[in-house]
Order: sequence, then C-alpha cells, then structure tokens
Amino acid sequence: MRSEPVVQVRGLVKRYGTKTAVDGLDLVAGAGVTAVLGPNGAGKTTTVETCEGYRRPDGGTVRVLGLDPVREAAALRPRIGVMLQSGGVYSGARAGEMLRHVARLHAHPLDVDALSERLGLGSCGRTSYRRLSGGQQQRLALAMAVVGRPELVFLDEPTAGLDPQARRATWDLIRDLRADGVSVVLTTHHMDEAEQLADDVAIIDGGRVIAQGSPEALCRGGAENTLRFGGRPGLDVGALLKALPADCTAAEPTPGGYRITGKIDPQLLATVTSWCAQHGVMPDRISVERHTLEDVFLELTGRELRS
Amino acid sequence: MTAAGTYTPRPGAAPLPRMIAAQAALETRMLLRNGEQLLLTVVIPALLLVLFSTVDVVDTGAGKPVDFLAPGVLALAVMSTAFTGQAIATGFERRYGVLKRLASSPLPRWALMTAKTAAVLVTEILQVILLTVIAFALGWSPHGDPAAVLLLLVLGTAAFSGLGLLMAGTLKAEATLAAANLVFLLLLVGGGVIVPLAKFGAAQQVLELLPISALSGGLRDVLQHGAGMPWGDLGILAVWAVVGLAAAGRFFRWE
Repeated sequence: MRSEPVVQVRGLVKRYGTKTAVDGLDLVAGAGVTAVLGPNGAGKTTTVETCEGYRRPDGGTVRVLGLDPVREAAALRPRIGVMLQSGGVYSGARAGEMLRHVARLHAHPLDVDALSERLGLGSCGRTSYRRLSGGQQQRLALAMAVVGRPELVFLDEPTAGLDPQARRATWDLIRDLRADGVSVVLTTHHMDEAEQLADDVAIIDGGRVIAQGSPEALCRGGAENTLRFGGRPGLDVGALLKALPADCTAAEPTPGGYRITGKIDPQLLATVTSWCAQHGVMPDRISVERHTLEDVFLELTGRELRS
Repeated sequence: MTAAGTYTPRPGAAPLPRMIAAQAALETRMLLRNGEQLLLTVVIPALLLVLFSTVDVVDTGAGKPVDFLAPGVLALAVMSTAFTGQAIATGFERRYGVLKRLASSPLPRWALMTAKTAAVLVTEILQVILLTVIAFALGWSPHGDPAAVLLLLVLGTAAFSGLGLLMAGTLKAEATLAAANLVFLLLLVGGGVIVPLAKFGAAQQVLELLPISALSGGLRDVLQHGAGMPWGDLGILAVWAVVGLAAAGRFFRWE
C-alpha cells in the first residue's frame, strides 16, 4: 500500500453565510477505505464536496492525489469517482443508458454489463431513472462512481436507504475495490458500516475531526468495557469493588443485575466469580460487552438528539 | 464473484471529441424523448402552420397566408427549442444534480455547453425539415438568400439559448417551467409569429425589439419578400445574444 496520503486536508474552513459548516478540520486519508463518520450536520458532506472540487475553501488547504481540487480540477476529475448523496441522473434516462454514457467519458471503463449485473441492476437497464426504486437509484449512482476505473472514489452515504441485501452487495463491492487497490473515502452515520469496511475512521462533529484511527484502536482507546451478571439482589457492591483493580466501577443498576466496568480480562472475570463463590452467590447470565464504535461515537458526540 | 484485478485503477478521460459526441447524442435523445417538449417543439408549430394557413382567421396581408406564416413558425420553432425547451430541461437537470454530477466527470463545462448547443441544433434541423415539408405541401413559395436565413437562425439560436440558460441557471426548476412557458405564449402572440405586428398599433415599435420579432421579421423579409441581408434584425439578435450569453455566463449557478 502506498504511504503518501490520497487525501490531505489541513485547517479547512467553510462557511455558508454566517454559519460555519467546517471549522479548522484536519483529515488525512491513506490508501484503503476511510470512513468519515458523524451526526447529521457535522460537516461530512461539505468536507467531501470540497475534496471533490465542488466547494472553494474559505480557509486551509485541500490536496487530493496531490492536486488542488479547484485549481487542478481538469487533471483530478478523470482520476476520481464521485457518488453524490442523491440525484445526478437525467430523470428521463434509462439506467443502462446513463451508466454507458458515463463509461464513454472515460478512456478505459469497466464492462458496463458486468458491473450492472454485479450490482443487481441487470434487469432494470431499460427502466428510466425516475421509475427505479430508491435502492436501485443508489446502486446506479455507485456504479457511475466506479465505472471509469478511478484511483479514488468518494461515496457520500452509499448505503442510505438500502435494504440489507443491497447493503451487503455495496459492502462487497467496496471490499473488492479496496482489494484491487482503489482508495475509498465514504461518509456514513452507520457505525457498523464503518466498523465493517474501514481501515481508518474519522469522527467529525461540529465541523472538526474529534477522533481518528482504526476501528479497533478507537474502540480500545475510547470507552471501557463492561461485565454484567445476575445474582441475589442487594449484594454488597462496595465489598465487591474492594476486591477489584483500582480503576473499576461496580454497581447494581437494577435489583439483582450487576455491572462492572473497567479493563475486563480473564483475571478480572476470575476475581468476580471467586468473590461470588466466597459469598455463596451463583452468578448467572454473565456477559462481557465489548464496546462498539457506536459507544465510542455516542461518547464523543454526546447522546442527546440534535435537530 | 468478480475476478481479482477487475477494478484495478486505470483512470483517464476519453478523447474530447468522443466525450462531446457522446454528450450531444445523450442530450438530443433526452430532448426528443420528452413528450411535453415534443408538444412544444413539433406539435404546436406544425399545428399553427396548418391551421392558420388553411383557415382564414388572421389577416396576414396580401399574398398566400402560408408565405406569411412559414417564416413566423420557423422563428417559433427556434424559440421553442433554444429557449423554452432548453430552459426547462436545463432547469431540471440542475435541480436533479445532473449538472453537478457531470461537473465532477472528465467532461469540461465548456464541452457540456457545446454538447447542449449541438443537441439544440440537431433538434432545430429536424424541426426545420418537418415544417418546410408541411409548408411546401401548403403551397409555400420561399424567396431570398439561404445564407441570410441560416445566419438569422444561428443568431436567433444564440440569443434564445443565452436567455434560456440565464433563466435555467438562476431560477428554481418549477419557476423556470412556468416562466418559460408563459414567455413562449406571450412571444407567440406578440412577436410577429402569426399576428402581424402592425395590429398592435403604437406598441409595434417596442415589440420589434424583441428577439422573436427580429427573427420572425428578418425571416419574413428574406423568405416572403426576397430582401437582402436584414442587418437591422441581425443586429437586434446579436445584441440579445451577447447580453443573454454574457449574463448566463456570469449568473449561472450549477447547483
């Protein structure tokens, strides 16, 4: 894999009127799949569209494949593939016709029929765009992004509104792109999507990157893990806590339901079960919860709903 | 499922002529496939030509009605495609993100506009052939210099394209749809297409400055009366073309 970044954003600022959408954002994406994760209105689309050359930064620098997306757009465009969040197709165009057209704008396009088949669009080649289902429209837009055999594709919420099968098909294609050496930058607010696909995740909120790293590193470094077990109500939680390492917590959030947080390892599990044995407690429903990216995300961006 | 290496990057733009040809072919198909557009560009001009040539409801002056009407309807055909049709189609392309998506493709913006112009010209050629055949069947006997006719049609196309793109690039798609149809109707009545401008009394001198009046008047001078180069009308069209295209270039918004 190449070491030089495919996308390099430094101190990006973008305002719309008095509203600051992106506020000094730094983002580096290397080869492989980079997921840009964030709540609605965090600045994901603005950031990606600046990389695609649609928006002129109000501050900071953006380099994509080493090029300035605005000033060197002519050199950059043939090398990238773009999937917009919605639209992008003549409403009267047939699905196959539009994909074939985009292929004709490129020097060495993919086989259109094979790509259509691969994305489950084979049967709707003669259907006009406005009569395609939402999922078919999404997959057509994805096909249009990759048909020109780009080095780098930008996918803005590629699986929004897809049913589980179509979502899997999209994930499989993204994995194949990665395996063949295509770099992918995608935005999503599905944590599992980022966890499944991404080599690197950047969490954006309030127009800034608030955390970046591999999904594993983010999960490890963020929240602590949890051990739960059930037992007799009213156990002496304070006494249990004394038996545990210093940075743990122990609580009985519901009568007879116990929760321990901290570094959950075999040693800790053994400590808990032996403490139970000493106190004549039969612990049942023991579960160890690994923190997901979702926990990390919610911890970083806050749990309240934002309008 | 898919052989390894299928997606290995091999980027590159197609040669410019191939991109423009592909884009022009697609734009033309989109124009001709659209039923409402065909009503506007083909059915209405053809119907007006047949109806008013055969039924004596408008006083078209001395001579056969078709000799007066054919130049007017040719002007109407140019307006319907270059202005109304192009404005509505481009307005909705802008609304549906087509222009935005193409802007990140290898096709340069100027090449997209070139392809749009080519699609308009192809449609106009088909319209002119159809209307000419109908007019001849109605006993039309045109005069004049074909070069003058061609020049009028080209400048008229430029003028109406500029105005249509200005509307499509600044208004909402729905507003463009309404306004482009309204303007079409008003200019059809008040632009010397079917009704001689002399019928409008004092307003005639203002109406003569409209692009549709310059185009229909110029075509009529040449085709009906065998006049030489209609410099006055060409001048009016040239001014509209320069102003319209410059304003469209300045104010057009791609999203």
